[in-house]
Amino acid sequence: MTVLLSTLEVGQQIGTRTLDITRQDLVRYAGASGDLNPIHWNQSFAEGVGLPGVIAHGMFTMGAAVQLVTDWSGDPAAVIDYQTRFTKPVVVRDTTARPGEAGAVVEVTGVVGAIDTERSTARIDLTVTCAGQKVLVKAQAVVKLP
Amino acid sequence: MTIDPNLQGRSYPAGETYSVGREAIRDFARAVQATHRAHYDVAAAAALGHADLVAPPTFAIIVAQRADAQLISDPSAGIDFTRVVHADQRFIHHRAIVAGDQLVAELHVDQVRAMGGGAMITTRAEISTVDGVPTATTTSSLLVRGEDQ
Repeated sequence: MTVLLSTLEVGQQIGTRTLDITRQDLVRYAGASGDLNPIHWNQSFAEGVGLPGVIAHGMFTMGAAVQLVTDWSGDPAAVIDYQTRFTKPVVVRDTTARPGEAGAVVEVTGVVGAIDTERSTARIDLTVTCAGQKVLVKAQAVVKLP
Repeated sequence: MTIDPNLQGRSYPAGETYSVGREAIRDFARAVQATHRAHYDVAAAAALGHADLVAPPTFAIIVAQRADAQLISDPSAGIDFTRVVHADQRFIHHRAIVAGDQLVAELHVDQVRAMGGGAMITTRAEISTVDGVPTATTTSSLLVRGEDQ
């Protein structure tokens, strides 16, 4: 499936995605990325530095949110520019006693924010929220499309 | 601990080469809950014209954070890593990162701004192959909280 630039309109929604996050997901991300900061897996350490609990890596949320765009565009390499600001931490509760239950739920929505026909790109603006609050701000992915 | 105001403009040369492996791409893709077959299946990546498995858009953070570590662990910079908060991040891809790439990153400290008792430090990693082909430019802003923040 390939998305054609000529079929897009500014304001068009490209889709939504729900991320159910557990602490195991954070441990997996820590291992895969090499970011072993204990605030992402150690409750007492996180509380000791003034956080409400274990929080997701900002880069985990950023990395997972863009999957909406890569799947939609048809080629992960189409994403040539991706940026965000990290505003609110995603607090992930301990749900080890309740297998299958998410420790945090993040909602992702993508909308076509701009189209550049000269560069053959579209900017996708992502709205990323957790418990009704924006956790990423100015999350924008630029995709090169035929 | 105070941030060295002369940090702005400092550069760190490319450190160790990062060798991009297929399993590293698969592990990272699983970790960010990516489902696209081009991250997992060489034939699916080849069908899209790629030489090997394609890394997810934020995979370059592995290389960028290794480069950032040079700065954060540099005693002369005066950064307490336990007080570092990631404020923003950007990836500009010059070409997709694929399995088999041998990557190096040169780190530049683009901006240092005092923020209360702390500082906002913006770094840029220029990631290229060892043969000098530019692959990605990543920019990170790190907020180093002051003692009272």
